[in-house]
Amino acid sequence: MGNKQVTFKEEQLEEYQDCTFFTRKEILRLHRRFRELAPNLIPLDYTNSPDITLPPCLITSMPELKENPFRQRIVETFSEDGKGNLSFNDFMDMFSILSEMVPLELKMIYAFKIYDFNKDGFLCEKDVEETVARLTGKELRLEERRLVAQRIMEEADLDGDGKLSLLDFKNMIWKAPDFISLFHIRI
Amino acid sequence: MPKKSDTRILEDVGIEIDGEVDGAEENNKPKGKGGKKTAAGKRSKAAGSEDDEDDDDAPPKTRRAANKKKPAQADEEDSDDDVPQRRCAGNRRRGKVRDKGGEGGESKRKGRGGKKQKNAKGKAKENEKGSDDDKKKKKDSSGDDSNSDEEEDSMSEGEMARLMEEVEEKKKLIATIRNKPWRMRRRLKVLKEAQQFVDKFEGALGKGKGRKLYAYKVMMMKKWIKFQRDFENFRSACIPWERKIKEVESHFGSSVASYFIFLRWMYGMNMVLFGLTFGLVVIPEVLMGLPYGSIPRKTVPREDQDTAMDYSVLTDFSGYCKYSVLFYGYYNDQRTIGFLKFRLPLSYLLVGVGTFGYSLMVVIRTMAKNADVGGGDGEDSEFTFAWKMFTSWDYLIGNSETADNKFASITTSFKESIVDEQENQKDENIHLRRFLRVLANFLITCTLGGSGYLIYFVVKRSQEFANMSNLSWYEKNELEIIMSLLGLVGPMLFETIAELEEYHPRIALKWQLGRIFALFLGNLYTFLLALFDEVNAKLEEEESIRNNSIWLMKEYYANYTANNPNDTGTPPPMPPADVIRGPCWETTVGVEFVKLTVSDIQVTYLTILIGDFLRAVIVRFLNYCWCWDLEAGWPSYGEFDISGNVLGLVFNQGMIWMGAFYAPGLVGINVLRLLSSMYYQCWAVMACNVPHERVFKASKSNNFYMGLLLLILFLSLLPVVYTIMSLPPSFDCGPFSGRQRMFDVIMETIDLDLPAFMGTLFSYAANPGLIIPAVLLMVLAIYYLNSVSEAYQNSNMELKKKMQMARDEEKNRRNNKDSTNQVMKDLEDLLPKRSVAHHAHPVNNAEKRPEGGKSPKVKPGTAGGGVHVQKDVSLASANPNARGPVTRAPGPRGPGPLPGRPGAGPPRRQ
Repeated sequence: MGNKQVTFKEEQLEEYQDCTFFTRKEILRLHRRFRELAPNLIPLDYTNSPDITLPPCLITSMPELKENPFRQRIVETFSEDGKGNLSFNDFMDMFSILSEMVPLELKMIYAFKIYDFNKDGFLCEKDVEETVARLTGKELRLEERRLVAQRIMEEADLDGDGKLSLLDFKNMIWKAPDFISLFHIRI
Repeated sequence: MPKKSDTRILEDVGIEIDGEVDGAEENNKPKGKGGKKTAAGKRSKAAGSEDDEDDDDAPPKTRRAANKKKPAQADEEDSDDDVPQRRCAGNRRRGKVRDKGGEGGESKRKGRGGKKQKNAKGKAKENEKGSDDDKKKKKDSSGDDSNSDEEEDSMSEGEMARLMEEVEEKKKLIATIRNKPWRMRRRLKVLKEAQQFVDKFEGALGKGKGRKLYAYKVMMMKKWIKFQRDFENFRSACIPWERKIKEVESHFGSSVASYFIFLRWMYGMNMVLFGLTFGLVVIPEVLMGLPYGSIPRKTVPREDQDTAMDYSVLTDFSGYCKYSVLFYGYYNDQRTIGFLKFRLPLSYLLVGVGTFGYSLMVVIRTMAKNADVGGGDGEDSEFTFAWKMFTSWDYLIGNSETADNKFASITTSFKESIVDEQENQKDENIHLRRFLRVLANFLITCTLGGSGYLIYFVVKRSQEFANMSNLSWYEKNELEIIMSLLGLVGPMLFETIAELEEYHPRIALKWQLGRIFALFLGNLYTFLLALFDEVNAKLEEEESIRNNSIWLMKEYYANYTANNPNDTGTPPPMPPADVIRGPCWETTVGVEFVKLTVSDIQVTYLTILIGDFLRAVIVRFLNYCWCWDLEAGWPSYGEFDISGNVLGLVFNQGMIWMGAFYAPGLVGINVLRLLSSMYYQCWAVMACNVPHERVFKASKSNNFYMGLLLLILFLSLLPVVYTIMSLPPSFDCGPFSGRQRMFDVIMETIDLDLPAFMGTLFSYAANPGLIIPAVLLMVLAIYYLNSVSEAYQNSNMELKKKMQMARDEEKNRRNNKDSTNQVMKDLEDLLPKRSVAHHAHPVNNAEKRPEGGKSPKVKPGTAGGGVHVQKDVSLASANPNARGPVTRAPGPRGPGPLPGRPGAGPPRRQ
C-alpha cells in the first residue's frame, strides 16, 4: 500500500507470527483481504486490535470459499460465537489452520469440527448424511445416502457406538493418502 | 512428557473446544466443583485475563464450563490446563520468593511485603479467594521487577532449577503455540503471558559469573530466533510464481497445479545446473580463453564462411553457432587459461560429471522427502467410503466450473462404489475382453517397434544426406520433424488403442503414461544408437583426416620456405580458417541435441497455440454462427493434458542431461525454455483450457514424476559416462583434444598439480586390489541394508496385522457388550439372588449396564455421582488403539472375571 499508515505494531506482527503459520507479508496480505471484504467497516489501523466482526455472508463470498460446500461450517467453526461472525483474529486463525504448513494432527481436529454439523462432538449418521448431501448435491437418492453413511460407520467406527468420535476420525484420516494435500486453502 | 499424557492432552483439547461452544450457554450455572486444582486453573486464568483488557471473562467461563462438564476428570483437566497451571505455580513460587525477600528487608518495603505474605497465605485457601486476589498478586509481581535482583540471591538451588525448567517449558510453549487448537485470542493471551514470564525470569537465572553467560546465551538465542524468522520470511518471498500457481490451482484443482509446481522445481534445479555450467565453464572461457579466430577450432572454415551468417544456417546451429562457446568443440585444450591459471579442461570434466551428481542427489532427496509425507499408504481399502467422503473435496477449488466437475466426479465415484458394493462383479464376456487387451498390447508393441525403426531409418538417411549438397528444407530437418511428429501422434494412437481395453480410467492412465514413456525412451535411445554409429564412422574418418592435416601443415611450411627463400625466421602460422579439421563428433552430437531440444520447444509451443488457443478462439467466436453448439458439442475447449506435459518435461530434461556435456549452452537454452513455458503455459491454461471432466487428485503422483525423472536421469547418464570413459576425444577440438581418453585430465592434474604423495596415494587407491574389495564391501552393504529394510517391512506388516486384529477385537467387544449386557440383564431378572460366589458379577453388571446403554448419550454434567464413571468410560473408550486395555475406571470394578473383557474368555460366557 502506498500510504505510510501503520497497520500493525511490530510486536503484534511478531505475536501473530508466533501464533500462526504465516509470514509477516502474508499477515499483512490477510489483513488487506479482510479489509477488502468491508472497507468501510474495518479500519486500516489495527494497532489497538479493535474487536470488529464480519458476518458470515461476507466471509463466504471470498473466492477461496465461495465454491466450498462446507463454507458455512468452516466459518462457524472458526468464529468465536459459533454463528459465523469472524473477527480478524478468527479470520487469521481460519486461514492459518487451512494453510500448508500445518501438521496433520491439527488439521484433523478442525476438519472433525467442520464435519460435525450438530456440534455434539461426534460425527453421527446425520452429520455424515449431511456431508454426503453437500458433496454430491442432490444427485444421490436418500437411501443411497443412507447406505453410504452406514458403510462409513461400519468402516470407521471403532467403538461401535454408532457415531465417529474424534479418535475414530483421526484413525481413519491418518491413513488417508491425500487428506493433507487437499485440506488446505492458499490465500 | 510421557506419551500418554500427550494423547490425553490432545483428546482433552478436542473436547475442550466443544466445551467452548457449549460454554456460551452454560456459563451461568454454579461452578464450585472440583478440588484445589480446578480452582487453581481458574485462578491462573483469571491472572491471564488481566493482560488482555477487552476479554477477561470469556475463556475462564469457558474453562469453567469445561470443568463442569467433566468433573471426574480433574486430573486430566489438569494436564490440559498445564499451561495456566504452570503459570500459576510460577506465581506461587514467585510469591514465595517475594516472601523471603520480604522477611529479609521488611523495613524497607513493609506494605508490599505484608501484602505478599497475605497472598502466600491466601494460596492455602484458593477456593474462596477468587481471581481478584490473584490479580492483585500479579500486579504486585509486575511492580516488583526492580527489586528482583535482591530476591534472587535468596533463591535456593532447587527453586532455581525449577524456575529454569519452567522457563524452558514456557519457551517450548512459545515455540509450539501455533500447534495448539485454541482460539486465536487465547493463543495470543497465553503467548503474551509466557513471554512476560520468560522475560522476567530469564535474566534471573544463573548465578554470579554464570549469570552473565546465561544472559548472553539467552540474548543470542533470541537474536537467532529472530534471524531465523526473518530468513524464513525472506525465503518464502523468494519462491517465485506462488500467486500464479495459486491462481491456476484455484481454477483447476491440485492436479493441474502439480504440473506447475513440478515445472517450478525443474526450473530451480536447472538454475543450479546453469550456474555451475556457466560459472565454471562458459564464462571463464569467454573472459580468459583465446578469442574467436585465433586457432582453427575457434574459426569457421574458409569454405563455410560465406554462408556462416545466413539465417537458415544459424537455425541449423552450424556456421557461427557451431564454432561458438555453446559447443564442445570451441574449447581449447590449454591446461590453464588466464592470469588465474584456471584449469578449464579439468573444470569442464568435473562440471559435466557434477551435473549428474547434483541432479541425482536432488532427485533422490526430493523423492525421499515426498515419500514420508502424506501419512499412510493408501493401499488397504478399509476406508473406501470414509475417505471418499472426508478427503475427496479439494479445498483449493475456487472456480465454479471446477467445483461442478468435482461435485460430479465425487457423485460418480460414490455411485461407482455403491454399485461395486451392491453387486461385486458382473461377469461379462471375459474372453472377448482378454482378446481385445492382447490385441491392444500387440498393436502398441508394433507401434513402438515401428517408431523405433522409423527413427533409426531416418537417422541413417540423414547421415547420407549429410554428404550431399543442395538438400531441400524437409530433407535437412527430417529427423527432428519425424521425432516431433512421433511424439505427437504416438500418444493419440495409444489413447485410441487403449479404448479397446476398457480399463478403469485410473489404470488406463497409468498404462497410457507407461506407454508414452516407452515411446519417448525408445525414440531417444534409437536416436542415440544411430548417433553412435555415426560417431564410430567419424572416428574412423578422423584418422585419415589427421594424417591429412599434418601433411597439409608440412606442405604449407615447405611452400613457405620455397616461396621466401631469404626468410630465415619461423614462418607465420597458417591462417586458422584454412586448416583441415576433423569431424569433431562431440560437437556433432551436441548440435543434434540442441536441434532436437529447440524443435521440441517449437512443437510444444505451436501445439499449445494451435491445439488450445486457436481452438478456443474458434469455439468461442464461431459459436454464434454455427449449426451446433461448439462449446458443448464436438470441438469444445481443450483440457490441460497433465500426463503429456509432465512426460514432455521429463523427456526434455533427459535430453538436456545427455546433451549438456557436448553443448554447455544447452543448459542455458533449457532455462530459457522453462522460464518462458511457465508464463506461456500459465497463460494458456487460464485462457483457453477448461477443467478436467474427471478432476483427479495429484496425490503421490509427484513421486511418480520424480521416479520417471530418476529413470531418465539414469538412462541419460549411461551414454555420457560411456563416452567419457571409453571413446577417444577428437584430436583437434574440445578441451580434451590430444588425450587418449577424456578422464586423462584428472590423471594429469594429479600428476602435475598435487604433491607427489597424493599421486602415489591415488595410484594405490586405483589399484584393483583395493577397488575389488571396496566394490565387494559396497555389495555387502547393499545386501545388508536390503535385508534390514526387508525385515522392517516384515515387522511393519506384522504390526499392521496386529493393529487390524486389535481393531477387530475391539469392534467385537464393543458390539458384544450391549448384547452381553442384555443377557446379563435377563439373567439378573431371572435370578435375582444368587450365592455369594456370584455376587461380584451382578455388581459389575449393575455398573456396566448404564455404561453400555447410556454412554453414547451421556449429557455431561446432568447427573450426579454415577456420571463420573460413565463419563470416564465414554471418554476413554474413544481411543481403543492408544490405550486399549485401560477402558474402565479402576475404582469400582471388582477383582473377578469381568464381562466383556477379552482376556477373560468369550464375552458371552456368563
